[in-house]
Amino acid sequence: MNRIVLISLQLAVALVTLLAWHLLTTIPMSDGKPLVPPFFFSTPIDVINRIIKWFAEGTIWRHLWITLTEATLAFVIGSVAGILVGFWFARQPLIAAVFDPYVKMVNALPRIVLAPIFTLWFGLGIWSKVALGVTLVFFIVFFNVYQGVKEVSPTVLANARMLGMNERQLMRHVYWPSALSWMFSSLHTSVGFAVVGAVVGEYLGSAAGLGYLILQAEGTFDIAGVFAGMFVLAAFVIVIDGLVTVVEKRLLVWRPVAADTRT
Amino acid sequence: MAEGAAASACPSAQRAAAHAVSLRDVTITFRLADNAAFTAVDSASLSVEDGEFVAIVGPTGCGKSTLLNVAAGLFPPTSGTASIFGAPLTALNRQAGYLFQADALFPWKTALDNVAIGLETAGAAPAAAKEKAQAWLTRVGLGHFGGRYPHMLSGGQRKRVGLAQVLIRDPKILLMDEPFGPLDAQTRQIMGNLLLDLWSADKKAVLFVTHDLEEAIALSDRVVIMSAGPAARIIGDWKVPLARPRDISEVRLDKAFHDLHREIWQTLKDEVLKGYAQTGGG
Repeated sequence: MNRIVLISLQLAVALVTLLAWHLLTTIPMSDGKPLVPPFFFSTPIDVINRIIKWFAEGTIWRHLWITLTEATLAFVIGSVAGILVGFWFARQPLIAAVFDPYVKMVNALPRIVLAPIFTLWFGLGIWSKVALGVTLVFFIVFFNVYQGVKEVSPTVLANARMLGMNERQLMRHVYWPSALSWMFSSLHTSVGFAVVGAVVGEYLGSAAGLGYLILQAEGTFDIAGVFAGMFVLAAFVIVIDGLVTVVEKRLLVWRPVAADTRT
Repeated sequence: MAEGAAASACPSAQRAAAHAVSLRDVTITFRLADNAAFTAVDSASLSVEDGEFVAIVGPTGCGKSTLLNVAAGLFPPTSGTASIFGAPLTALNRQAGYLFQADALFPWKTALDNVAIGLETAGAAPAAAKEKAQAWLTRVGLGHFGGRYPHMLSGGQRKRVGLAQVLIRDPKILLMDEPFGPLDAQTRQIMGNLLLDLWSADKKAVLFVTHDLEEAIALSDRVVIMSAGPAARIIGDWKVPLARPRDISEVRLDKAFHDLHREIWQTLKDEVLKGYAQTGGG
């Protein structure tokens, strides 16, 4: 399909949705009330005004910055730990076998239940949110790195040996690139989970951040504020996802252009 | 990993006389999942002289590749010995280059880096290694493809890169496991000629595994036939009386080629049929 046609259609979907939302929440029916109560669904105009107000007053930037910091820290710490442990387990099958049931157990646990513990341990500041994000990111990166090291093609490995690589060179030229490629293929998921960890953490108890903003609005039945927070959050995630795509394209140039598996 | 300095112990005089590769009564037994023993190769003896091009031909699944892995030191024989230039092989065969059947290039490296890596592992400076790698890429006809990643190359081009990757290390022995198997017929002939060209420059000992008898005769000095597995044995050994240099497509029209082909095929045919019977018609 032509690119311009595609973008026009995409814009049309947004416009129709906003228009329907607007009409349903503002046009009075026979009983004098709109079909959809604006108290529960707000109106697009109110939401847009609220977003403009946030940005005009500049109050939103602090919250965005806090959430971004939390998500970034969660992603970096979770990834580094995931890479290290993933490598270690993959190269030491005994360790992996011993810890296997515990890894499965912790991974099976819904991470949200850890939030209260983290709040107790790390307080209401950013670190309890970072910890929650880390537990989410760590397992994704860990499993992918583990798999990446394990699933190096035996032929490539035999070839590397025949080409004279020692253990250190195998690490650098074979295991490491393979593990990284697996990790990068899950980059969208792990970055997404870092943001989820930060926002959910904020939502469960905090003094700043996008999750806090939504929670505050919800507490005062300020539906326009809830929707405005959701839209800002969605835009924030789209921007980060776009950055991830750019990074991915640069780092994985060697990969065949497979069908984009993201939905 | 222990360094397999197989030939370092033998004096040069003896070395000249010793075979490049010598397999004595090599038997290879695998233990299967249900703990039963499966004998892939049964007391195979085979030697390759320095500078000799030997092809191993046998039906599918007869253990030719396993035998090659023994010569590479990737796989220890269950019994029997493998020696390289007279010295017993106890670890990886450091004198051999190995061209695999499946794709063995590093997908995350460009063609140039794939070729250069064999020198870098040996301690060469990256810049010098890249320069030599470029020269080798040019020799295999891919001078302008150095910046491409393996997935951007065709099957034949990947084999060329693989050939350069192995030969840049200047191994004394070249082990090849159906290297041109996945290629189409025309590309196989072109690759065969390229291989003979490169080989004739400095005559390495070559052990070439294939299931294609015509390819084996066209390329090699000697053709060794293996029986159908399990417990495959070496059942025939023919010298190829064709003059060098050869052109793969022309040599097939030679009468000597046909006579030899007919003679070997008499032996091979029964084994191929046996092999098919065992693998269910393949």
